[in-house]
Parts: sequence; C-alpha cells; structure tokens
Amino acid sequence: MNAPQIGAVPALAANAAAELNPPLWLLAEVTYRCPLHCVFCYNPVDFEQHKQELSTDDWLRVLREGRAMGAVQCGFSGGEPLLRDDLEVLVAEARQLGYYTNLITSGVGLTEARAERFKAAGLDHIQLSFQDSTREVNDLVTRTRTFGLKQEVAHIIKANGWPMVINVVIHRLNIEHIGRIIEMAAELGAEYLELANTQYYSWAFVNRDQLLPTRDQLIRAEQETDRWREKLGDKMRIFFVSPDYHEAKPKKCMNGWGNVFLTITPDGTALPCHTARMLPGLSFPNVRDMGLKGIWFDSEGFNHYRGTGWMKEPCASCEDKEKDLGGCRCQAYLLSQDPDVADPVCPKSPHHHLVEKILSEAETHAASGVDAAAPWGAGQNVHPLIFRGPQESRSLSSGSK
Amino acid sequence: MSDTVPDPASRPAVGSGFRLQWEPAQDCYVLLYPEGMVKLNQSAGEILKRCDAQRSVADIVADLEQAFQTTGLRDEVQAFLRMAYQQKWVRWL
Repeated sequence: MNAPQIGAVPALAANAAAELNPPLWLLAEVTYRCPLHCVFCYNPVDFEQHKQELSTDDWLRVLREGRAMGAVQCGFSGGEPLLRDDLEVLVAEARQLGYYTNLITSGVGLTEARAERFKAAGLDHIQLSFQDSTREVNDLVTRTRTFGLKQEVAHIIKANGWPMVINVVIHRLNIEHIGRIIEMAAELGAEYLELANTQYYSWAFVNRDQLLPTRDQLIRAEQETDRWREKLGDKMRIFFVSPDYHEAKPKKCMNGWGNVFLTITPDGTALPCHTARMLPGLSFPNVRDMGLKGIWFDSEGFNHYRGTGWMKEPCASCEDKEKDLGGCRCQAYLLSQDPDVADPVCPKSPHHHLVEKILSEAETHAASGVDAAAPWGAGQNVHPLIFRGPQESRSLSSGSK
Repeated sequence: MSDTVPDPASRPAVGSGFRLQWEPAQDCYVLLYPEGMVKLNQSAGEILKRCDAQRSVADIVADLEQAFQTTGLRDEVQAFLRMAYQQKWVRWL
C-alpha cells in the first residue's frame, strides 16, 4: 500500500484532537483474485483460505457506514478489483456518498468501455501499477504478458481526464532501471509517481533474498531520482518510499495503528492494515457480524496497538516513540516472532542484528550474481522465486501449519 | 498571467483532480486529491470555496471583506493563492 499524504501542509492542518478520531481512509480490498502473480504481492500468502467474498449489498453497507463515520478517502484494491463485476456499482455509491474514490489497479480489465462506465460512476482517480520499464522484467515478476496492455491502459486513463498515479514496486530486479522508469511515467503523463521500495511482508518476505537491493544500488537509485526531480520540476511529483531495512528508521506504520486506515478484506474481516491478520493472539471482527463503528472504536483488534500503552522497552522510554510508534507490528513479528517488540529495523532494537544480517546477505547474493544470471532459478542458498497464486498459497499455508 | 503574483482580474478555480468539500466529522473544509487530503483552516477554506472560476481575485477579496466585516485582506488572499497555485490546489482561468 502506498503512503498517503494526509495533512500534507502542517501549517494548514487543523489541530489534531486528543480524542480518538474516525478513520479517514476506507480501503476496500474487494477480492484476492488477480490475473497477475507478482513475487512481491502484499496480499497474505494464505489468501486462498480467506476467499469467500462479500456480496454487493455487504459492500454497499460498509461504504455507507464508513462515510457516516467520516471517512473521506475510499480505495478500491485487491487482488485486482476489476475482477468484481459490481465494481461500477460500488464506485458510483462511494462517489455519491462523498468519498474521493481511488481505483488501485494493475490495469488488467480496464477496457475503454469499462473506463466510460467508471467515468459515469464518478470515479475520481486511478492508480496504475507498473512493474518495470522493460517487457522482460514486467513479464518475469508478474508471470504474465501484460507490458503492452499497461501502456494502453495508461492512455485510456489520460484520455478520460483522470489524474494518474503510477506505482512501481522497486526491488533488485528493476532498481537499475529507475531512470528509465521515471522517464516512462513522465512520457505516459502521470501526475504522481510512487517509487515504492519493496516492503518485506507476505510474498515479498518469502522472496526477500532475491528482491532486496544492495546499499549501493539504493544510493544510486535515490541520486538518479533526485536528478529526474530536478529535470521534471513540478510536471510530475515523485515519491520515493523509504527502504526501512536500509535506512534503519522505523516507519510510523499506517500512520498509526487504528488511526487513519480501516481496511476491509475480501471476506469482510476488518483490519488496521492489510497484513495485520498474521499477528498471533489478536482477533479481528468481520463486517458480517459487526458495524464499522463498533469495529473501529470498541474491538480488541483495533485497540490493542493503538497509541503507546502497549510498548515495552526500548520503545516505552524512547524519545521518538510518538514519532514512529515503535515501527511496524507485522515487521516485528515477521523478524523476531514477537509482535510486541520494537521494530527490528530500529538500531535501538535488541533484534536489530537480524536486519543487519539480512542486509549483509543481500550484498553477498548480489555479488554472487544470483539474480543477474537467472532470476527465476535457484542460486546458492536462494530458492527460486515463488510466484503469487492459488496453488502456491495453499502450499505455503500448509507448510506453515 | 504570472505564476507568482495573481492578477486581481484573474479568476481562480479549484485545480483539476482536487475536490473541495465541507466535512462535518472534521468540522472544516478539506481538499481531497489522489490518495490524500489537506485539512484547511478557516481562512483557507473561506478563500478556496470562493474559487469557483466565476469570481476574480478582486471579487474574492471584496466578498471576504464584506462577509467578515473587515478590510485589508488583499495581501493575505494573494499570498494564499500563490501558495495554492504552487501546490496545484488552484488553477487560473
């Protein structure tokens, strides 16, 4: 998911109220189905176990309840949201309720006819994902032939007058192309480009050895990005999502647990972020059983990591605890098997050596030429890339049990 | 039209891709754009809601001075519109 720019101009932002605010963002993950098989997908690896999708009526009720609470941004994502035949109905209702409506898509399925229907429904904006500036890497990491299609979809978006955000997940297989990626986004007329350094959760966590770039690659990518920023001026805004393993800087994940974002998964489970279901010992309510208000304000799952009360040392007495809120709970769990500890990317974390080890291994993997020679094949101590798909999901879920 | 000094006769409109709306839950005007939102303070909200492609900058200043029974708002309005233009919150017609 991409970092939102909420309250982008602090001088104009109203004073934050001390009491608990309603969510500003409703993220409707309407399906886990997807025609792509991206190796860095953020959907849970066990998505096959949660595929019973909400009905149209359930989604309409969720949209109304979210808006009544005060949510203003509505994102339709997935999986590939265009695989839901009722997406036009949902977008039209969301827009009519007063949400700013965002379609977050791979582009697969966005025909001219469908674009016209979304225009009529009042869709405000489309975020289109690209995987690379080259057909080879695009087709490799998605295990599809979709490169040409994405270019066409970008033209459809522009022809309909939508603002276009292009999102590109950055990793070792495409980081050397970053200049050409930026140039391509500018040529396609994107207003915003998100260079989203891979966050290592879900499928990206499984494939981390093949995806994590070296420090030198990141430094050069950021320098190249700065050169393009200067060249393009304000024609296109470029966001370079911080690579938190390398920067050793815990992120204020989701802008705070249960603070801004309310995610509804395809099966109706409500989550403070799209990966929180992995955390042990927490239960999250389902919109089939509970209203959004009760979910947001009263449920155990949403209250558990709110604020700073749950923190242990070194977070509890840290001067930055309000700034980063201890980093990401899912990352703490994935790296240390304990969701209550400081995010291991933080140098103050007793688990920080784990991140340092991963980073030094990335240097070794890159130096041994594993990915350059055969990105799809096994190298020394590196398994072949695991592509996101129903079969792989079932096999990973049974393996972890 | 200069980018930096709004001409009193030019007419601002909310920028394309942006939407201005009143939010009761926030008790303020907000400016919505792709994946983001800016909460506006009262004066920013009062200026932007008058950026309707009909009124000139001079009209907006006069209108605000009348609504809030004050004078000398021109500099503040122009400074805000300059910033708003840089942020693409407004465009000029």
